[in-house]
Amino acid sequence: MAGRPKLYYFDGRGKMESIRWLLAAAGIEFEEEFLETREQYEKLLQGGSLLFQQVPMVEIDGMKMVQTRAILSYIAAKYNLYGKDLKERALIDMYVGGTDDLMGFILMFPFLSAEDKEKQHAVIVQKATSRYFPVYEKVLKDHGQDFLVGNNFSWADVHLLEAILMVEEKKSDVLSGFPQLQAFKARISSIPTIKKFLEPGSQRKPVPDDKYVETVRRVLRMYYNIKAD
Amino acid sequence: MSGKPRLTYFNGRGRMEPVRWLLAVADVEFEEVFLETKEQYEKLIKDGVLMFQQVPLVEIDGMKMVQTRAILSYIAGKYNLYGKDLKERALIDMYVEGITDLMQMILMFPFSPPEAKEKNLDSIKDRATNRYFPVFEKVLKQHGQDFLVGNKFSWADVQLIEAILAVEEKVPAVLSGFPQLQAFKKRISNMPTVKKFLQPGSARKPPPDERYTENVLKVLMT
Repeated sequence: MAGRPKLYYFDGRGKMESIRWLLAAAGIEFEEEFLETREQYEKLLQGGSLLFQQVPMVEIDGMKMVQTRAILSYIAAKYNLYGKDLKERALIDMYVGGTDDLMGFILMFPFLSAEDKEKQHAVIVQKATSRYFPVYEKVLKDHGQDFLVGNNFSWADVHLLEAILMVEEKKSDVLSGFPQLQAFKARISSIPTIKKFLEPGSQRKPVPDDKYVETVRRVLRMYYNIKAD
Repeated sequence: MSGKPRLTYFNGRGRMEPVRWLLAVADVEFEEVFLETKEQYEKLIKDGVLMFQQVPLVEIDGMKMVQTRAILSYIAGKYNLYGKDLKERALIDMYVEGITDLMQMILMFPFSPPEAKEKNLDSIKDRATNRYFPVFEKVLKQHGQDFLVGNKFSWADVQLIEAILAVEEKVPAVLSGFPQLQAFKKRISNMPTVKKFLQPGSARKPPPDERYTENVLKVLMT
């Protein structure tokens, strides 16, 4: 066995992207197996590799981990990106919960009808600028430190940068009212492992396209339409 | 200040119920503030008390905690219900997350339109019996221990008993194919703090009714 974590997912962002970000930020090399056919997925199911019949699945340290949040928490703790005590962990969990909710709006976006996409675009921008970004802007302004929690680089910083970049893909000037976040973005992006992940040729996946949506639908037999909340 | 955790939420289960379970089972007394009017909710937002303008809110150890998972993880960590090391924590997290996905279906059920309710109920029954319960039945059978993880009572056990009871309210015979889970349910229900929580007069909330859903919609809708 290589000893490297191995990721099982579609060849695209989805729920696995945050895991790619965190491993990359921690400087951990990983392998990937991409689900392209229904047969591959059924083989994983029959082999008993998917605890709740779902991906993401990450083979790491002898475990076949599922459930994105569980996987991220494990990686964060293992690589010292989870604060120094229970209270810092609580803050990180709260902040990550927020960015997770924000990214959740973007996650379902490719699967919406054209009409719903338009509505959802507005929702994403509105939530980002009035509910989520102001919180992190204030946190950074209030303590004046480089990182969100405990004056130390953590999972919360990685997750926030990921969320910022995803929202910017939908509205490029979305950070215009948030000077702290602009500085944060520049600062975190220049951390060596993050910088490397942001360069072409890394394992970062592109914005989901129709081919990605087709693959997911085909493999999961998910042909129904998703409705925005 | 009493020093007791204070929970702010609607007077009903929703997303706060797992928090009530975990605190009760850890034998931690807590206070509750119930959101009954839109004005109360708007005041909380105006006072800057809700980080993302949402409840649940739990005031605990000087923090105003939001985000259910963050709250539960903190309580589990504080009261030694989170395993003894990183790998046990990983297992607990996986189990809890899976159960939460099932509970999410039950959470949303009262808010689904009447014409969708039968289909949603079938989905709950299908997921419980084909996706989630078999996993925990197997875990318990394989190690033969009383608790899901590390031969010790943890957050995962609390979450599972809550889910079993919630599904049984909708699908009464749901455990009929799961002897390990039947034994588990009995065992955990008899633990003193769990038993106390299951008795009338505890902070446990009843299944959501129309009055509850109307209250939630009234408070949250703009």
